Amino acid sequence: MNILEVKNLNVAAGDKNILYDISFSVTLGESVAIMGPNGSGKSTLANVLMGHPDYQILSGQIIFRGQDITFAKPEERAAAGLFLAFQEPREIAGLELFPFLFDAYKSLRLARGQEAGDIFSFKVKLDDELHDLQVKNDWSSRHLNQDFSGGEKKKAELLQLALAAPTLAIMDEIDSGLDVDALTIAGQAISRFKTPQTSILAVTHYQRVLQYIKPDRVIVMSGGRIVKNGGAELAAQLEQEGFSSLE
Amino acid sequence: MTEDIKTNDSLWDEYNPSDYMRQAKSGLDEVLVRRISQEKEEPEWMLAHRLASLATFKKMPLPSWGPDLSRLNLDQITYYAKAMEGQAQDWDDVPADIKNTFDKLGIPKAEQEVLAGVGAQYESTVVYHSLKAEFKRQGVIFEDLDLALKKYPELVRPNFMKLMPASLHKFAALHGAVWSGGTFLYIPAGVKIKQPLQAYFRMNAKGMGQFEHTLIIIENGAEAHYIEGCSAPRYGVDSLHAGGVEIYVKEGARFRYSSVESWSKDAYNLNTKRAIVEKNAHMEWVGGNFGSNTTMLYPCSILQGDGASADHLGVAFANQGQTQDTGAKVIHLAKNTSSNIVMKSISKGGGRSIYRGLVEIGPQAENTAVSVKCDALILDEFSCSDTVPVMKINNASATVAHEASAGKINAEDLFYLRSRGLKEAEAAAMVVNGFIEPITKELPLEYSVEMNRMVELEMENSVG
Repeated sequence: MNILEVKNLNVAAGDKNILYDISFSVTLGESVAIMGPNGSGKSTLANVLMGHPDYQILSGQIIFRGQDITFAKPEERAAAGLFLAFQEPREIAGLELFPFLFDAYKSLRLARGQEAGDIFSFKVKLDDELHDLQVKNDWSSRHLNQDFSGGEKKKAELLQLALAAPTLAIMDEIDSGLDVDALTIAGQAISRFKTPQTSILAVTHYQRVLQYIKPDRVIVMSGGRIVKNGGAELAAQLEQEGFSSLE
Repeated sequence: MTEDIKTNDSLWDEYNPSDYMRQAKSGLDEVLVRRISQEKEEPEWMLAHRLASLATFKKMPLPSWGPDLSRLNLDQITYYAKAMEGQAQDWDDVPADIKNTFDKLGIPKAEQEVLAGVGAQYESTVVYHSLKAEFKRQGVIFEDLDLALKKYPELVRPNFMKLMPASLHKFAALHGAVWSGGTFLYIPAGVKIKQPLQAYFRMNAKGMGQFEHTLIIIENGAEAHYIEGCSAPRYGVDSLHAGGVEIYVKEGARFRYSSVESWSKDAYNLNTKRAIVEKNAHMEWVGGNFGSNTTMLYPCSILQGDGASADHLGVAFANQGQTQDTGAKVIHLAKNTSSNIVMKSISKGGGRSIYRGLVEIGPQAENTAVSVKCDALILDEFSCSDTVPVMKINNASATVAHEASAGKINAEDLFYLRSRGLKEAEAAAMVVNGFIEPITKELPLEYSVEMNRMVELEMENSVG
């Protein structure tokens, strides 16, 4: 069953076209890697799928779980079960992590027709996730991503991913800024998220994170277009031969 | 945890019937001033002070600078109205409708839990006052100023309107003529109170004027924290608040004065707040201005003793139809004094916020340090923000730093937060609350929560 279908998507930023005729789909339980050189449009596509306001969709459609979300607001997409782990998470000065996480959690649950849940059960859940990510509990009194190291920011994204319980997680360069130990912890978090009921769309440069994501398929982008589709073996081939072999 | 703190416009806008207003009349003359003094059975010197202030008020023009006050009709204001006789020491003795209003604002509940003492003023008079017994035993005085005037003349008379004489400006003169109610706080030498003392000021009737006077004396080495909250319902008729605050911080003492103001958006809030800070003493002002149609408020610290210091932290939110002209004034008169001013403003829906500051360093003030930081957040193209910082530096040894910034909410920040499931207005409120966090973190939890709620309310609807 397809949970995401992107049909003939053409996108502009201002007066400049940046994505051309993008079509692909992701089925439930599937992991798909999007690879390609810098500037190929991978991150743009991830942001467009989440509803970034800077991009205009000129034509085409995005269908998520049977619902047309082409022009939906970011928060509506989140409620529908989409999550984007940012390549460069924003630093929000003065916004304490705990109340932010709890508000976001309640908003998502209410939007999905679930009970908001009380602060105590949320705290238990949060502490579990913090433990799994091997960060201290006092983390939650820090301000969102402020003065976080690159690795901490990525852990904070994975923490939010776990709490948001999406159906499809888009991960934009989730491994960038991670040292070897942090990559292992992040990889374990990704493995925990990966179930037959969830799907992953991973935007990445490198193969090293793919040992955790274990993509079923690889999509290769270049110049704002999809230039190649293949199986998992394509990732290894790209690593050996480089993206220039595609041109 | 925060559910029982109700702070929304509809709550503030509820009002009680005000039969007592039939006896009150609008407009100001000598007869009224004499009547106020007579009803309060004041000493002769206070009547003389009121009449002299009235004469000064009549002579003085409106301020020649700052926001436009020409639409304020001073003849339509009711300068004095008493909603109950006497004052209750027991919350149960407060009339039901007044009690109900304060109950909804969370006043007595907070007293039991976190406060050292509480005062509540309704219209022109204080209806309730209490102080925990342990602080009474230590000699702390926390009273309605009308009462203190009679009970402690030796403390009140030498200090009353000495920091803010009637000649200061037209509204100080008006205040001197018709002041009523307010707080008297006295902390004896060496007494340190960790729990805050709180006063709440409520205007209920239409076209009301409130002129409470707060006089605070912190003796040598003492420490305390006093908080004021204010609100009024909205009638579409101008009301006027011209309060006065005078604070004496003696040698080595520390004092924090916090206020969260949410007057209705048809009130003029023209306040005067001044502190004199002696040797090695420290004064902190923490303020949030959300309500009123026009606010003019520039708390002033006079650093009189060597090593005295002051912090001025403030937040102002100007929404549709509002002008928040706020800032700080610090006068350095002695050596090794320091001041730190941090002001944050938010403008939305056509609101105007202005930072107006004056830092003056006298020739004898060696080695002073001044830091001024003003940040403005402008939420749409209809709103504006101005900064008017004035520095008068008469001593070359001073270290002065001034920083100002103005910006809008970052669109990437909003997208990031919305991608986590938060609606646009919620996301924007989070960014704004983060922006003012350096100030709200200095307030007790209940007040910082209230301030965050006020931001959320102001951010609802129409995000640019």
